[in-house]
This record gives sequence, structure tokens and C-alpha cells, in this order.
Amino acid sequence: MPITTIDGHHIQVDAEGFMTDPMEWTDDLARTLAAQIGIELTDEHWKAIRFVRHDFADQGETATLRRMSTVGGIPTKTLFALFPQKPAKKLAYVAGLPKPRGCV
Amino acid sequence: MKKLLVLGAGTAGTMAANRLRRRLDRHEWQITVVDRDDAHHYQPGYLFVPFGTYDRDDVVRSRHHFLADGIDLVLGEIARVVPDADEVVLGDGRRLGYDQLVIATGTSPRPDQTPGMDGSEWRRSIFDFYTLEGAEALAEALQAFDHGRLVVHVTEMPIKCPVAPLEFTFLADSWLRGRGLRDRVEIVYVTPLDGAFTRPVAAAHLGGMLEERKILLETDFLVEHVDPERKVLVSYDEREVPFDLLVTVPLNLGADFVSRSGLGDELSYVPVDEHTLLSVAHDNIFAIGDANDIPASKAGSVAHFAVEVFVGNFLQHVQGQPMTGSFDGHANCFVEAGDDKALLIDFNYDTEPLTGRYPLPYVGPLSLLRETRTNHVGKLAFRHVYWNVLLRGRPLPLPARMSMAGKHVPHEEA
Repeated sequence: MPITTIDGHHIQVDAEGFMTDPMEWTDDLARTLAAQIGIELTDEHWKAIRFVRHDFADQGETATLRRMSTVGGIPTKTLFALFPQKPAKKLAYVAGLPKPRGCV
Repeated sequence: MKKLLVLGAGTAGTMAANRLRRRLDRHEWQITVVDRDDAHHYQPGYLFVPFGTYDRDDVVRSRHHFLADGIDLVLGEIARVVPDADEVVLGDGRRLGYDQLVIATGTSPRPDQTPGMDGSEWRRSIFDFYTLEGAEALAEALQAFDHGRLVVHVTEMPIKCPVAPLEFTFLADSWLRGRGLRDRVEIVYVTPLDGAFTRPVAAAHLGGMLEERKILLETDFLVEHVDPERKVLVSYDEREVPFDLLVTVPLNLGADFVSRSGLGDELSYVPVDEHTLLSVAHDNIFAIGDANDIPASKAGSVAHFAVEVFVGNFLQHVQGQPMTGSFDGHANCFVEAGDDKALLIDFNYDTEPLTGRYPLPYVGPLSLLRETRTNHVGKLAFRHVYWNVLLRGRPLPLPARMSMAGKHVPHEEA
């Protein structure tokens, strides 16, 4: 498992750069990760991040967009506006969670 | 007398009931299966209906015909499960008690869940092929389709038989070529995934097949609504895909009674342990086949391999013993490529579809992830295996657990 250094933190990531240990994540790190993909975090972003972090702790799996809207109350349209093009992946990346697993 | 109640007499429910009837003492266990009707559909056959290869008679049989003696079939709509009372309530008020409950009610396409999909253009220029009625209506529409833009579309994952939309696309390409119409039709494949398929080796291979056939690929497209008047798909990020003929795979949802009973996740699938298929919430409820939330394909093949593991586990579980069987997510499917060829893919939770030979390493006779005629013949022959061997719960000489022998593993990149 590769280790990368961001802002002086050593973090474990997978081949695509998704963090693999949610415990290594911090709010500061989220801001840096977001900046890397061209996103400045607003309160709305944080609401989404808190939900998926909380849900992951509960379920052990990264929430799907459907789960974010039905359980988290964040409309899919909003998620596309906050994390353009690939909201599920980008949100997981910023929130320090594994890439959402696509079912075969 | 103890009661085993199986909800759903489809692929998983029928196989499980038949196998358990042979293993459970008839003086000790009563087995009852509930379904809404007596028509068992061979769902993989729907794919061939739009092209006239199969018709209704090839894909529908009576359900009770496949259930072994000693299994009662009750026909009725399921209103809800009451787990605290170990009881299932039917739509007409009948109540069925159980000691053990097996939920096998599958997943269904729900065009009503996407605005505009089942509106004025439904079954006029918008079709599905995951229902027999849809596939039949599409067969008629294809006969009249001689030019324009054919869009094949997947609404959201997971869907039943996730390779079927690609297969439909390849078959449509081949069918149009055969009729001399391919140059007058633009084919577009629209998917919410970031490639033609989910896992890398298969996605690259299947993506290449789209390219060879000059089929356009629109990825990361999550549909928000269909505009039936302008005939366009509109995504959440406001991209538009126009169509003349739309063949869509609507959102798939588990049975409504599952959520009504408080047993479902946000897609009405029953959360289970992915290795034992026992409900995470109730110790006497299992969910098998497409009805559960395991991270595997929603496909008859998964149901088949999973049921083998489930039966052993169930017998241990009702004896109060720990369950020792562990399902590995094994599935294999034939993928029709058009021109009487097909590919075969074989994979599980941890191993993506790879190239190689199956079921015998190096010998085959089937080739993995490669287009051959033998695979196509295998796919067509499978319908007979399904009716005569699989559903009846007879053994098929394929191990439930996936094998790496005969598979080519790509070199790990450093």
C-alpha cells in the first residue's frame, strides 16, 4: 500500500489516491485534498462530508449517491453541484473514505 | 411441525426449496413457497425476444411444475412480513406463520422512479427489455426502426444481469448490420459508470468491443429525468442525450413489501451477511438471490452458487450449529457479442473477470473474456440446463467456489 505525504501528514492511499485508513483523516487534510481537485469547501460540502464519514463508521461502506439523498437528505442535484462530474468519487476522496465499490 | 416459508418462486427460491426438501425431514419440516402468480420466467431469455430469436413460449413455464412434491405453492401478493410475530401477511389478509423465513423476491425494474420515463413515450419510443411485455413491445418497435439514434441506457447500479445492456447493444449492432441498416443508425451506450463495465480488465475489453463496432460511449451519466417531448435524457449535471429509440434499464428495486416491513435498505434489498446470507437483523430470516444486498451481480448465476452454500448453512443453522459455508461471490455469465459469438466471464467478490479457460483450466472448452462460437452455443444451451437441471436443484458439475486455475492474472504494476 503506497504512502504519500500531504501537508506533512503521512497517509496511506490506494493506487488511485483514495485514503485507506479513515482514522488518518482530519479536517485540515480534507481541505487540502479538496484543493487538489479544485474544490474549496463550504458549509454545504462539510454537511455532505460529515454525513458520509458518519455513515461509513456505521455501515463500513462508502455511501452511494442514492443513500446520500435518501438517508442523508442531500439531493443528488446538490451533490453534482458541490462535487462536479463524479460526486460519489470526489466526495469519498475528500472525506478520506475508500472509493465507492461499483457492483459488477 | 416446523415451518419453512420461502417468499418468491423464481430462480433462487425454487432452487432453495427443492434442495431443502430433499435434505429436511418431511415429518419435521413443512415447506411453503409464496408467489403472486404461477408463471416462472426464464429471465435471461428476454434478451433474445426483441430480435425474434425467442418468444413467450420459450421463456415462460408454470412455477408449480418445477417445485418438488412436498412443497406447497401459495399464490398471493405479499403485504408484509411481521418479524416480531414470525408471520407473513398476504394482500387478502391470509397469515402464514414461519419458523424460518427465506426472502427470494428478487429485484424489479421501476420506470416509475425516473420522472418522464414511463410517461407519454413509454413503449412508444422508450422501452425496457427486462420484462417480457417490454421485450415484446421492443421487438415490434425494432421491426419499424430503420434510421436514427438508438440509445441504450442504464439508469443506476446495481441492476439485474449487469452485462445484459451491453449484450443488447452488441446484438442490436449485429442485427442492424444484418438488415443493411447499420449505416443509417447511430448507437450510443449511456452508463452511470466511468467505463463500459465495472472492473478494469472486463471494462477495457468490453469498451474495446464498443469501439470496434463504432458505438458511442457516454460515461458518468446519471439521469435526472427523461423529457418525452424533446426525446432527450437529461442528467443531474445537465448533460443531454437525444434519442429516437431509447432502450433503458430503469432503476432496479427490491420488493416493496421488504421496505414496508422495515427489512430493506434504501433500494429495498435485505441487508445480510455476505458469506452466510443470514439477515443482519433477524436470526431466522435469510435473503437469497437478487433480494439481498451482497456486493455481487444480481444474476441467476450468483443465486445458483450462493444457494449451494446457503443450503448447507441453513441445515446447520436450524440445528443450532455455527454455519461453516462461506459464499465467495462467485458468478459466471455468458456475454452475447453478436454474430453468433459470445464471451464468458467468471469472477467473485475479490477477483475481477480475467481471461483464461473454463471450467477446466487450459482445456475449457469455454474461453474466458474472448468472443467464440462455442460460448454462444453454451449460452443458448443453458436455457435447457436451467429448466431441467438448475431449477430442480439437481447438481451441476461446477464448483460453487471460484477457482483461479486457468485464469491469466495481469502483472501488478509497480
